[in-house]
Amino acid sequence: MTSHKRWGLFFFLAPVVLWLFVMIVLPHIDLLVMSFRFENDEGQMQWSLNNYLAFFEEPIYWLTFVRTAIYSILVTFLTFVIALPLAFYITKVVNPKYQGFLLVLLLLPFWVSELVRVYGWMILLRESGVINHFLLKAGILRQPIEMLYRDSTMILGLVYTSMLFMVVPIVSVLDSLDNSLIEAAYDLGANMWTILFKIIIPHASPGIMSGSIVVFMLTLGNYLTPNLMGGKNSLWFTEQIYNQFIASFNWNQGSAFGFLLLVLSSIVVWLGLKLTRQNLKKVVQ
Amino acid sequence: MQIDLAVKDVSKTFDDFVAVDNISFEVADGSFFSILGPSGCGKTTLLRMIAGLTEPSAGTIEIRGKSMHGIPPNKRPVNLIFQHLALFPMMNVGENIAFGLCRRGDDKATIKNKVKTILERVELTGFDDKKVDQLSGGQKQRVAIARCLVLEPAVLLLDEPLGALDLKLREQMKVELKKLQAKVGTTFVYITHDQSEALVMSDHVAVMNQGIFEQIDTPQNLYNSPDTPFVAQFVGDNNTWSGQIRHCDQKTAEVETTDDRVFRTKIRQQLQPGDEVDLFLRPEAMLIQPDANLANLNRFEVIVKDLLFDGANSRLLANPLDADTELLIALPQTHQYDYIQKNDKVEIGWDEQSGICFPREGQGSKVPGSALSSLGLRPSGFDPTRRRGKQG
Repeated sequence: MTSHKRWGLFFFLAPVVLWLFVMIVLPHIDLLVMSFRFENDEGQMQWSLNNYLAFFEEPIYWLTFVRTAIYSILVTFLTFVIALPLAFYITKVVNPKYQGFLLVLLLLPFWVSELVRVYGWMILLRESGVINHFLLKAGILRQPIEMLYRDSTMILGLVYTSMLFMVVPIVSVLDSLDNSLIEAAYDLGANMWTILFKIIIPHASPGIMSGSIVVFMLTLGNYLTPNLMGGKNSLWFTEQIYNQFIASFNWNQGSAFGFLLLVLSSIVVWLGLKLTRQNLKKVVQ
Repeated sequence: MQIDLAVKDVSKTFDDFVAVDNISFEVADGSFFSILGPSGCGKTTLLRMIAGLTEPSAGTIEIRGKSMHGIPPNKRPVNLIFQHLALFPMMNVGENIAFGLCRRGDDKATIKNKVKTILERVELTGFDDKKVDQLSGGQKQRVAIARCLVLEPAVLLLDEPLGALDLKLREQMKVELKKLQAKVGTTFVYITHDQSEALVMSDHVAVMNQGIFEQIDTPQNLYNSPDTPFVAQFVGDNNTWSGQIRHCDQKTAEVETTDDRVFRTKIRQQLQPGDEVDLFLRPEAMLIQPDANLANLNRFEVIVKDLLFDGANSRLLANPLDADTELLIALPQTHQYDYIQKNDKVEIGWDEQSGICFPREGQGSKVPGSALSSLGLRPSGFDPTRRRGKQG
């Protein structure tokens, strides 16, 4: 009986383990090794920390890095601020009959690839785009303005792309919030804000945290949206990695940058969990 | 006597469904008032309107003489204990109890004192730092009560708070709640579908059915002289016969039942010979093998079908001779009746004063209101003809 079970476990686990190992662990080991290799003056590869030193010595690298981190945190926060009322509306306010319909509406944009969605935004926002056209027609603007390639536009795009990953976990935690808790707080003299900060957010915090982790990681590692909507000014760290791999063909430097980004996201997630006094086990549930 | 809560002609309709139909009542300061009714009778809606969580469609609610119209629940001097208590799981016991005080803006020292005092009062001294999920059912109950009582509300509303407890604990909490209410002297308005909870704890009980109050009275009067057939059947157990009046005078009538027995019973309203009636009789009103010398007894013989042993609440399940009406007869556990076996023939007698006789549903009836007016209570919205109209 036990050997049966063991075989079953092995049978079902094997593809996952294989996938993890071949597609994730092996390439990462290779990248890690590469990031510590450096071509010396004689054109020979040798072990060195030069790739990591280059990051700290060149301000453009670490400034981009910090900028990416701060903007990712900002995007995560903005997504949360928009997603919470939205999730509350879907779970508690709207007639349960329409709940599924609203969730499908949220999901609908994700049936189209990110690329197409970003191009959609570009059509709306560019100098000769839809919004400028209507503003000119309405006489609000005399000259078209370029709305693309600004930090704010880039953040708008990133928030839009991340929305679903924040709304869904918050919807699922708010679903489990007993309405009578809200009513009890109201009955005991609380106003809307106290209910929000004392009841709703503490209850929803595992969902908020898991949504935030996903959104933060996706934003940090996003290449397409910053590149297309932020243009050359976006200065997103993933672009630096891309440049090293593709433009400079310096795979060793690129690997080092990749690992720095991995360390950064791990540290920020860990800090976030520590600050909100939660553990990863509860959050990923 | 100060009136803490006055409900005047309150109605609530949802689309075309009338949940609460023109109800009025008053609750005096410091009394324990229960609203008893089957599920779906509108009692929770009524309670939520008093708490302010639902707006009435019509009528006014006054608390200590002040109209509550347009005042949100967080500004009302009433507090509600929810069916599942709604303790905040993200806070400990102390924070739960302090929640209302903090919202009111009391200073820290006062809050701490009040929390300590109220915890002592509900016998949970030292429980401040416990998590809510570390508490037993009865302790949660007491925390929920403490959380409301610490705010010293004019009226405390309770929405079937004992419903989730197991039987033994429920019996215990019933007595505890009653004692607690007497101790703190706060006005309690308690809703339940459990008649024993209502009868044990309350000073006055309103029996509610399909959005209206059938009767407001003391528990004793509800049990002994119900005003309507619904109250007779809902409060306590009753045996029912259908029959027709053969003779009657002012106070008593002779009823011929459909299983061909003739009983004499007291009546409370004017009836005519030939009227169709329902006759209700409590299980404990029937005496087993009554003394031959007792006068004024309706005597008849029954066949015992089964013995339903339930401790102090044991009964005989029996059929009258040559009839299949099922009767429940109280079986006192005094060993006096131990000889009774299944299929025995037993003589039963009941005093004509214990019968409760109502005209059959569907015939016009006037229910005397004298018992109510003497209490200063008014079962408004009661109109049997209208209620039946809604049923049909």
